[in-house]
Amino acid sequence: MTLTVVLCGAAALLALAPVAVALSGVPAASRLIYGGCMAASMVSLAVALAHLLAAAPVETITLPLGIPWLGAHFRIDALSAFFLVVVDLCAFAASLFALGYGQHETEPGRVLPFYPAFLAGMNLVVIADDAFTFLLSWEFMSLSSWALVMAHHCVPDNVRAGYVYLVMASFGTLALLLTFGLLAGPDGHYTFTQMRAAHPSAGIGALALLLALIGAGSKAGVVPLHVWLPLAHPAAPSHVSGLMSGVMTKVAVYGFARIVFEFAGAPVWWWSMVVLAVAGVTTVMGVLYALMQHDLKRLLAYHTVENIGIIFIGLGLALAFKAYDMPVAAALAFTAALLHVFNHSLFKSLLFFGSGAVLNATGERDMEHLGGLIHRMPQTAFVFLIGCAAISALPPLNGFVSEWLTLQAILLSPQLPSWGLKILVPAVGAMLALSAALAAACFVKAYGVTFLGRPRTRAAEDATETDRFSLAAMMLLASLCLLAGILPGLFIDALAPVSSALIGERMPAQIGVRWLSIVPIAAGRSSYDGLLVFLFIAASGMLAAFAIHRLASDRLRRAPAWDCGYPDASPATQYSAMSFAQPIRRVFGTSVFQARESVDMPPPGDTRPARLTVHLRDLVWDFLYAPIAAGIGMGADRLNRLQFLTIRQFLTLVFSALVILLLVLAVWS
Amino acid sequence: MSRIDFDIAHLLAGTLLLISFLELYQDRLYALLNVYAAHALVLAASVAWQAFIQDAPHLYITAAIALVFKAIIIPVALHRIIVQLGIHREIEKVVGVGPAMLAGMGLVALSMVVMLRVTQDADPPAREDLAFALAVVLLGLLMMVTRRNAVSQVVGFMSLENGLVLAATGAKGMPLVVEISVAFSILIAFIVIGIFLFRIRERFDTVDVQAMDRFRGERR
Amino acid sequence: MVLIRDLAIQSAQMLLVLLLAPLFTGFVRKAKARLLRRQGPPLIQPYLDLARLMRKDVVLADNASWLFRVIPYLVFATTWVAASLVPTFRTGLLFSWSADLIAIIALLGSARFFLALAGLDVGTSFGGIGSSREVMIASLAEPAMIVIVFTLALIAGSTQLSTIAAFMTSSAVGLRVSLGLVLFALIMVAIAENGRIPIDNPATHLELTMVHEAMVLEYSGRHLALIELAASLKLILYVSLIACLFAPWGIETAGAQLPALAVGVAAYVGKLAVGGFLLALFETSIAKMRVFRVPEFLGAALMLGLLATLLRFVSASF
Repeated sequence: MTLTVVLCGAAALLALAPVAVALSGVPAASRLIYGGCMAASMVSLAVALAHLLAAAPVETITLPLGIPWLGAHFRIDALSAFFLVVVDLCAFAASLFALGYGQHETEPGRVLPFYPAFLAGMNLVVIADDAFTFLLSWEFMSLSSWALVMAHHCVPDNVRAGYVYLVMASFGTLALLLTFGLLAGPDGHYTFTQMRAAHPSAGIGALALLLALIGAGSKAGVVPLHVWLPLAHPAAPSHVSGLMSGVMTKVAVYGFARIVFEFAGAPVWWWSMVVLAVAGVTTVMGVLYALMQHDLKRLLAYHTVENIGIIFIGLGLALAFKAYDMPVAAALAFTAALLHVFNHSLFKSLLFFGSGAVLNATGERDMEHLGGLIHRMPQTAFVFLIGCAAISALPPLNGFVSEWLTLQAILLSPQLPSWGLKILVPAVGAMLALSAALAAACFVKAYGVTFLGRPRTRAAEDATETDRFSLAAMMLLASLCLLAGILPGLFIDALAPVSSALIGERMPAQIGVRWLSIVPIAAGRSSYDGLLVFLFIAASGMLAAFAIHRLASDRLRRAPAWDCGYPDASPATQYSAMSFAQPIRRVFGTSVFQARESVDMPPPGDTRPARLTVHLRDLVWDFLYAPIAAGIGMGADRLNRLQFLTIRQFLTLVFSALVILLLVLAVWS
Repeated sequence: MSRIDFDIAHLLAGTLLLISFLELYQDRLYALLNVYAAHALVLAASVAWQAFIQDAPHLYITAAIALVFKAIIIPVALHRIIVQLGIHREIEKVVGVGPAMLAGMGLVALSMVVMLRVTQDADPPAREDLAFALAVVLLGLLMMVTRRNAVSQVVGFMSLENGLVLAATGAKGMPLVVEISVAFSILIAFIVIGIFLFRIRERFDTVDVQAMDRFRGERR
Repeated sequence: MVLIRDLAIQSAQMLLVLLLAPLFTGFVRKAKARLLRRQGPPLIQPYLDLARLMRKDVVLADNASWLFRVIPYLVFATTWVAASLVPTFRTGLLFSWSADLIAIIALLGSARFFLALAGLDVGTSFGGIGSSREVMIASLAEPAMIVIVFTLALIAGSTQLSTIAAFMTSSAVGLRVSLGLVLFALIMVAIAENGRIPIDNPATHLELTMVHEAMVLEYSGRHLALIELAASLKLILYVSLIACLFAPWGIETAGAQLPALAVGVAAYVGKLAVGGFLLALFETSIAKMRVFRVPEFLGAALMLGLLATLLRFVSASF
C-alpha cells in the first residue's frame, strides 16, 4: 500500500510538469505548481515515515512499463523508506519555500516544468528495484536538474556550469552502468532481487565497489570528482540548490550504500581502506575550499563536499567492521552515517534557503557586498544562525550528535586486526576533527560577514525581510534541527530497521535509557544527553541573567563604537570575507592551493589605489581535469581527419571492418 | 621483570622519540645543540635503566660514555666550532616544520609496522623498544635530509647513532668491544668532519651546503 | 535521599568552580608579579573587578545587534556547564554521564564560536582581527584536543570523564608512553586555548599582542564581567582537567562521607595552587610568539597527540 501511494505521488509530480508548461504565463501558476508539489511530497513523506517507524515488511510492485520482458520493478524496504523520508521532507520544505521565493523568479517557464520532474526523479531512484529503472530515474533526475541549472542561462558562468555538470553526470552514469553490468553477470540478472541473491566473487565485488564509488561518488561530490558541484549548485535557483546539495547528493549516497552493502557481496578489508582514504581527503579538501570562497552559495556547495566526506567516513568504517565480522560496531558506524545524511539534508537546505532569501532581498550572492543584515532581516538571521550552529557541530544541535557517533565508531577501531586500518583510521579521525574545527571557522566567516557588522553596499542597506512562506519553511527546518539535537534517541531508534537490514545488527535501543540520553555502545563507556545539556545551558544562562539584572544593574545606553578610540565611518574598514580567511589561508592555503598574495603598488604620483590580489590554484582541476581535457581535445583533433577522407578511403574503412568481423566470427569458437 | 620496569623503559624510549621530534622543530643552532644534549642525556638514562633491569654492568659503561662524550663533550665542542667559524646561526630548512612533522609521523608509523611485523616471535617489550629505536634512526636521517646547515646534519648523524645504541641495548645488550669500536669510529668521523669544516670555512668563508653547491658548479 | 545528596554534590561542584575561578586568576597574577619582584594586585582583585563591572552601565555601539547582547550570557552558560562537568574533588557526579569529554570540548567550541561572532558584530577592524586569529588558533587546537581525547579514551576504555578519572586513580594505569605524550600535548593545547603566553598575552590591550582582548573590545559593564568570568572558568577548567587526569590523588571516587569530600576539596585547592604557580613560572620565563608561529606550535601538539593515538592503536602496551 505504501509503495502504491509513493508511486502515485511520483506520477502526480510527473503529471504536474506538463501542467506547468500548459499554465506558463498564468501568474498564479507558480503558487499552484509548488502547492501541488508540496501536497504530493507531504503524502509520500507521511507514508514513508509510517513504513519506517512501523518497521513494516518489504513491498514490491512490477509495472508493465519500460523494457518488454523486464518491466519496471519497484520496492520499498527500510533503506528506501528512510531515504524517501529525507527526499520528501526536504522537497516539502523546498516547495513551501518556493511558494514565496518563486514569486521573484524572472523566467518561471524555465523552472516550473522541471521542478516537479526533478522531485519525481529523486523519488523514483530510491524505490527502483531493477537496474534499468534505477538508471532511467537517475538520468531523469540528472537531466531535470541540469535544466534547472540552466534556468538562468544568460549568465555565462551558468552555461559553463551546466556543461561541466552534464559531462560529469554522464561520466557518473557510465560508471554506474558498468557497475550494474558487472553485477548482472553474463546471464543478465538485472533485477535487484537477483543481484541480492547472487554472490559475486571478490574480484567482481571489488570492481563493483570502485565503479560505484566513481559513479555514485561523483554525484555525491567526493574529491576529485567534485568539480561540477560548486559550479552547478550555486547556478540553480536557491530552492533547487538546496535540493541538489541536501537531497540529490544523498540519493547518490543511497545508490552507493545499496550497491556496496547489498550487491557487492561480503566485503574485504581493503575496500574500507579505499573508501576511508577518499573520504578523509574529501572532508579536509571540501572545507578548505569552502574557507577560500566569498560567494555565499559556492561556500555552501563546497561545504556539502565536506559533509559527504563525513558520511563516507561512516560508511567506510561500517564496511571495515563488517569485513571483520563486528556487527555491533558496524551498526554504530552505519547509523552514524545515516543520521548525518538526515541532519545534513536539514541544515544544508536551511542554509541554502537562507542564502536564497538574502539573494532575493539584496540581489547579491557575494559576501563582500553584504553585511549588517541582522538588523534588516532579523528572522532570516535567526534561523540562519541556527543552521550555522548546527552545521558547525555545536551541542545541543543535531550536527554534533552525528559527529559524536562517528567519533565513537572511530574509537572502536583498535579492535580491527588489519595493520593498514590501524594506521589509517587514527589519521582519518584527526582529519575529521580538523575539518570540524575548520567548518566552525567557515561559518563564523559566512554568518559574521553576511549578517553582522555594517552594510557594505546600498543593496545591503536597503534589504527587507522575506515573505512568510520562506520563513515558515526555514523555521520548520530549524526546529527539526533543534529537535534532532535534543532527542537523538528517537531518531537513532527510527534508523534501527535500516541497519538491521543492511548490516544484520542494530544499535542498542535508546528508548528506555534514562533521561532520554543516548548510549551507543554501553552505559559505562560513553553517553550523551542532548536534552539535559540544552536545559543546563538554558538554565545557567537565564539564572545568570536574572541574578545580574536583579542584584547588579540592568541599565544600558547606546554610543558610537569604541574601536580603540579610532572609529572609522567607512564600512570598508571592517573585515571582509577574504581578510577573515587570511590567517587560515596562510597556514593551510600555501601548500594546498599555492595561495599567493601580491600587492600592486602604484608609482608615486599616481592616484589609483593599491590592489591586493590573492592567487589560488585549484590543483585538482589543474592536474587532473585540464590534462584530460587537453588529451581529449588532441584525440578529437586527430580523429577529425576521418571527416575528410575520399570516397575510396571511406569504402576501404567499411570493407576492412566487414572483413575483421567475419574473421572474428570464423576464429572464435 | 615486572610490568613497571618495562613501562619505564618504554617511557624513556618514547622520550627519546619525542626529543627527536623536538630536534626537527628547532630553527636556531644553539637551541638545537641543547636539545641534542638532552637527547644524549635521555639515552644515557635509558641505557643505565636497561643495565639495571637486565643486570648487565657493562652497560653502565656505555651509559657513562654516552653521558660524558655525547651529552657534554660533543655539544660543547660543536658550540665552540660554531663560535670560531662564525657559522650562520639560523637553520635553513628545505621543507617547513609542518610537512617535516607529518613526514616524521609517517616514518614512525612505518617503523612500527615494519618492526612489529618482522619480529613476530620475539619478546614483546624488546620488540617495541626496537620499533622506537628504528623510528629514532629514521628521524635522524630525516633531519639530515631536510636541513641545509652542515652542523645540523652532524647533529642528525649523531642522533641516528643514538638510535642505534638504543636498539643494541634494548635487544639484550651488546658486547663492550662492539660499543667501544663503534664509539671510536664515530669519534674519528667527528674529528674528520671537524677538520673538513675548518678547511671549507677557510676556503669559502661559509659552510652552507647550498653555497657550496654553487661553487661546485651546480646552479639551483 | 541519594538523589538529593548527589544533586547537592553536583551543585557544590558548580558553585565551587564558579567561586574559585576569579581567585585562581588572581593567584596567577600575584605569582607572576612576585616572580618579577613586584608586589602585585591583591588576591581578591578579580572579585573586586567583577563587582565593579557588574554595577556599571553597559555602553553599546549604535549598530550592535540583539546577538551582541545575548552572547555574553551564552558564552558564560556554556563555559560554566562545561566546567561543572570536570571532576574536581569527586568523580561520578550526577550529570557526568550527560556529556563526555568530546561534548565538553564541543561546548567550549560553541562558546568560542559565539565569541568570534561577537567580534564581528560591531563591524570594526579590531574585532575582525581577534575573530580571524581566534578561529585560526582553534582550527588547530581543537583537533589536537580531540586526538588527545582519543588517546585517553583508548587507554581508559571510555570517553566519560568520570570513568577516565576513576581509571587514572586505580592501579591499572601504569606509566605509559602515550600518557607522557598526551600530557605534553595537553599542556600545549591548554596554553593555546586559554590565550596565555606564548600564544596571546592576557594582560595587554595592544592590537599586536591580542586575540581574545580584540574580540571583546566593544563589551562593557556586566557583559564584560560575564566574559571575563567565562575566561577564568575556562582556565580553571583546563587546570582541573590536567589535575584530574594526571594528578588524581585525593579525588573521591565513591561514597560521600563529609571528611573524605573535605580532603578532596583540600587536595583540589592544593593542586590549583601548584598549577597556578607553575603557569606563572612558565609565563614569566618565555616570550610571546609571533602570530604565524602559533600554527607550528599547535601543529606540533597535534602531531604529538596523533603520535600517542597511533602508538595506542598499534599496541595496547604503549
